[in-house]
Amino acid sequence: MPEGKEGSPAAMNRTAVERKSDRELVVTRTFNAPAHIVFEAWSKPELFKRWWVPKSVGMSLLSCDMDVRTGGAYRFVFSHPAFDQPMAFFGTYREVTPNKRLVWTNEESDQGAVTTVTFEENAGKTLVTLHELYPTTAALDEALAGSAEGLPEQFAQLEELLAGRS
Amino acid sequence: MVQYNETRLDASFAALSDATRRGVLEQLSRADASITDLAGKFHMTLTGMKKHVGVLERAALVTTEKAGRVRTCRLGMRALEEEAAWIERHRQLWSARFDALDKIVEHLKSKENADARRKRR
Repeated sequence: MPEGKEGSPAAMNRTAVERKSDRELVVTRTFNAPAHIVFEAWSKPELFKRWWVPKSVGMSLLSCDMDVRTGGAYRFVFSHPAFDQPMAFFGTYREVTPNKRLVWTNEESDQGAVTTVTFEENAGKTLVTLHELYPTTAALDEALAGSAEGLPEQFAQLEELLAGRS
Repeated sequence: MVQYNETRLDASFAALSDATRRGVLEQLSRADASITDLAGKFHMTLTGMKKHVGVLERAALVTTEKAGRVRTCRLGMRALEEEAAWIERHRQLWSARFDALDKIVEHLKSKENADARRKRR
């Protein structure tokens, strides 16, 4: 059997983000593994929490409850040095089709997106497409503007920059 | 080697910190509009909208042009760059997330392969 082809070429690991319409964002990436493995990493809490919050964002995940089945609920609680209080994100899984499709809502506010993730396997690789549909254009803009909690970070960078000049 | 114009950066951050102003930019990204149109869309007085547009204009996010009695607003170059920058920031977040996912997926895959080999023995 073929072995030793674990390392995937870097060219494949491209994350693409596209604003598909006023209210839709689409993120795609191909993973070098069959769909059931990629799906497992999305649907098992102990795996999911190891990748969902990237270190570079500076947030830590305090708790992660996921009942991954159609109609099940999820709730994540995060902390960030810039927040006074931990922040909770929660919602419901609208559809769970193993190894194929996940759909969940985001219910912290009425401006939350509905997220659909599809897993398409082809020749041992899996294309993941994450589609976010926001209720309004303003909600999408807000999500983009606040993505990765960029503003506090940028203010800090701005401050440094300005301090360096005076 | 600082390439930023600090006044403009400051103005740009201030302009984007307001939800109405972000809404105005979004609106203008679809079509040019007069101040009167914008005031109507955002349920504001003309004076209120003029102030918002003024802030956006100083940040070079919007340009305006007066023809007769109508002042038409359109996106400035800076706004177009800003939109691209937002998308790029979002991409960086997902890229970081998916790099971490990639490692876990690789790990699961090699574990599965190892288990399959053990079973065959």
